[in-house]
Amino acid sequence: MRTLDTSLISQCVYRLARKAGTTLTPACHALLEKARSTETGAARFALDTLLENERIAAAEQMPVCQDTGMAVVLLELGQDVHLTGAPLAAAVDDGVRRAYADGCFRKSICDPLTRVNTGDNTPAHLHVEMTAGEQVRITFLPKGFGSENMSRLYMLTPAEGRAGIVNSIVETVRIAGSRPCPPVYVGVGIGGAFDSCALLAKKALTREAGSSHPREDVAAIEREALEKINALRIGAQGFGGEVTALGVACEIAPTHIAGLPVAVNVQCHCIRCEKETL
Amino acid sequence: MRTLTLPLSEEDILSLHAGEGVLLSGTIFTARDCAHKRLFALLDAGEPLPVDLETTYIYYAGPCPAPAGKACGSCGPTTAARMNAFAPRLLDLGLAGMIGKGGMSRETREALVRNKKVYFAAVGGAGALCGNAVKKLELVAFGDLLSEAIYKMEVENFPAVVAHDAFGASVYKE
Repeated sequence: MRTLDTSLISQCVYRLARKAGTTLTPACHALLEKARSTETGAARFALDTLLENERIAAAEQMPVCQDTGMAVVLLELGQDVHLTGAPLAAAVDDGVRRAYADGCFRKSICDPLTRVNTGDNTPAHLHVEMTAGEQVRITFLPKGFGSENMSRLYMLTPAEGRAGIVNSIVETVRIAGSRPCPPVYVGVGIGGAFDSCALLAKKALTREAGSSHPREDVAAIEREALEKINALRIGAQGFGGEVTALGVACEIAPTHIAGLPVAVNVQCHCIRCEKETL
Repeated sequence: MRTLTLPLSEEDILSLHAGEGVLLSGTIFTARDCAHKRLFALLDAGEPLPVDLETTYIYYAGPCPAPAGKACGSCGPTTAARMNAFAPRLLDLGLAGMIGKGGMSRETREALVRNKKVYFAAVGGAGALCGNAVKKLELVAFGDLLSEAIYKMEVENFPAVVAHDAFGASVYKE
């Protein structure tokens, strides 16, 4: 049994949030560079601007995008860890609160009805999963809502099968068009239930952009969906071009014999995701 | 790239075509969902607006707080389509133009043509670069909305693309 004070989790969330808000992941940078080399005209201008923006954000420690997002925190908690100190959710919120204040990040969380801003970007969107062992693994994903708004959940029938899954992914990106800041990155949940399927899609967004699922039949869906999305020719910012998506990442889970849930979580080109193990 | 000073003359507007890259300098005003709702409430109540529409370019954006030594924090555009519910009426009342990201509805594009106005697309996601183009920032109205308030911005060489022009053409296929 390992004892861990939640103040260490708070400090970790702070570090991850500060870095994520001002930095694209290396995989995202590489995919943007690659996209830039294939485009011309307005799409090329957009990608050049984004790469220059990334450089400025790093040099001046400014948020890459002003939508510093909802603070999504995925926390894998080893079952042999005994947490002490402030309650876990409060510790996570404390890290978010301090990072968003110190980093000059935008506070984007509000009451859904009154629309009154909570003023400090809390509460964080915290998901805790129990794992084996004595470690705590924290993933921080600042999720902007221009892209989140374009996400969709499909409750397909088993008869719709693989073709239905691919169509749902492509349709979501087609309907989103220029609105979610393409080129997008697409997280897909396949299976589970109404709620867990959407979480799978979000988790897929934390996978390294451009990586493939280890199961070949899932990886084949990722490849086929990406090819069909890029054939839409929406392009960077919707200005037309070869690259509409930087990648498609699918995660799967067993589902009910009567159903085939598919969740498509759209991420903009600004992939910000940081991870640390305590 | 062509440089333009706001407000644009009718001659400027009629020389702009969808897809063209420009650098904008002059005064713009931020407003997004909540600020638009408040503007509409004032209009419906017959009360004066906090801005003069005829000289106002609305930038669909909500800035990050300014770090020390800067006029403005990161401030790229937000999705313009959410403001389709508001843009046609404001254009018919004289609004000078808009800046945002992504395409707008047929109704908005028709209002642009009818009123000879242009909608510019800034580069979505280029928050730091757009924020650095803001040289002066001033709160104008609805301060309780924090980043969603109306701010007056003086911008210099703010990069944008003519997205929907005054002739009904669009840089987007949709």
